[in-house]
Amino acid sequence: MSVLSRKKTLPSAPSSIGRLIFDFLNFIGQFSLLMKTTFLQMFSKPFYGKLVIEQIYHTGLRSAPLVIVTSLSVGMVMALQFGIGLEKFGGKLYVPRLVSVSFLRELGPALTSVMIAARVSAGIASEVGSMVVTQQIDAILALGTSPIKRIVIPRVIGVTIALPLLVVFANMIGIGGALFVASIELGLDPLFFYKKLANTLELYDYMAGFCKTPFFAIFIAIAGCHYGLTTSKGTRGVGIATTRAVVVSCILIFISDYILTKFFWIIEQWMRYG
Amino acid sequence: MAEIEIKSFKKSFGSKVVHKNVNLTVNKGQCVGLIGGSGAGKSVILRSLIALERPDSGKILVQGKSVTELNEKELIELRKNTAYVFQGGALFDSMTVYDNIAYPLREHTQISEEEIQKKVSDILEQFGIGGNEALYPADLSGGMQKRLGLARAIVLEPEIVLYDEPTAGLDPYNTRKIQEMILTLKKRGVTSILVTHDMPSAFAVCDSIAILLDGEIKIQVQCDGDFRKDESKDSEVLRKFADGYKLEEYL
Repeated sequence: MSVLSRKKTLPSAPSSIGRLIFDFLNFIGQFSLLMKTTFLQMFSKPFYGKLVIEQIYHTGLRSAPLVIVTSLSVGMVMALQFGIGLEKFGGKLYVPRLVSVSFLRELGPALTSVMIAARVSAGIASEVGSMVVTQQIDAILALGTSPIKRIVIPRVIGVTIALPLLVVFANMIGIGGALFVASIELGLDPLFFYKKLANTLELYDYMAGFCKTPFFAIFIAIAGCHYGLTTSKGTRGVGIATTRAVVVSCILIFISDYILTKFFWIIEQWMRYG
Repeated sequence: MAEIEIKSFKKSFGSKVVHKNVNLTVNKGQCVGLIGGSGAGKSVILRSLIALERPDSGKILVQGKSVTELNEKELIELRKNTAYVFQGGALFDSMTVYDNIAYPLREHTQISEEEIQKKVSDILEQFGIGGNEALYPADLSGGMQKRLGLARAIVLEPEIVLYDEPTAGLDPYNTRKIQEMILTLKKRGVTSILVTHDMPSAFAVCDSIAILLDGEIKIQVQCDGDFRKDESKDSEVLRKFADGYKLEEYL
């Protein structure tokens, strides 16, 4: 009986699809509106420099161990996989070029951004969501101040400054890990590895990956703030907001990664050949 | 002169109609108690006065200005001058007691950090929570948190204070302390609305008490005389509410 009555409450397929479409459009609208409000208010007083520095510390410095472990491990594994795979064809010498280009153009920015999305977006959503539940956001408004200025803008700026720096760091660590494995496991001379990097890598390789990171940072911070600020249903809502913030910021990173890669590729071609 | 005027206020949440037609006037220096059952929408009225909620229709005038028509700058001015004391305190839990009180001063005044320090110490002493500046809100008792919330709300010396159940869940000592603070502010000419279920507190501090029922203010009783001896029907209803009877049976 209870199973039957529960079945009755399930929405029909068309209404579920309709609900999904409505939720998606609602999210796009609210997300865009928050992004627009954030950018409009970013350039007007008051400015909260101290809060921005706090956010750089929280998202940057405190995320460094996670970034070190991830990029070191991926750099080492890539060098090993490419080395073993290419050895059969005598292509072991291409490992430095392959690993470093992969890291600089794609893996460094994307991997670091996803790790930061998991850590920071979840942190922002749960912190802001808890503030909503305990009426602290209402208190900010009631005291004549703006949650956008005090909460959202410092986080957006903080992550936008910290993430590119972390990506630079991740690139160095990842390539360092690859160099270590290449010399220990594959028998490549570290000096040869270094010379290969110096001779084959171009600024374009570096910029193609680096320029994507501010966009990823904005998606991470805005997704966290959006889901935090729209938290409802008490502490359960905080959990839901946190999960959604991570999922959505990762999806946004992956979707925008393709578009941005294509975009920067066109720019690169234009700069190279006019 | 009316400091707060609510005219034909209507508000619904989804299909649930909370306010059908609320009309309320609070004159300068007056304290009006707003009572009603749980879920009657008392807090929604308070929140609407500082534009934390928007009415579906009707007018809300605070110091002659229509709240729904204010731009962002005017809204900030309104909120600086209209303090809201939250039921749970709504204290910033990542800030110390000192920083909680200093927050509005840092945001809205140009005074130096030394002056802020003096002002914070004075107000904490006045509210009986001095010496706790370095603690965090979570380290304080419920009563102290309520007093801290009240202290933060009035540190900018607003002309209007909106109290959302300031004595809920407090022991008699802390309840009396809060009552005394409300009366002190009243003596300074502060206009206020007190949302409460605590009838002794409402009788102790309010000039009049309005009863919200079925989305309307059904009656408003003056508290200036000894209403417990007043034989009017309105006072009878208020006495019944205070004694725990259902209002619907008497209205």
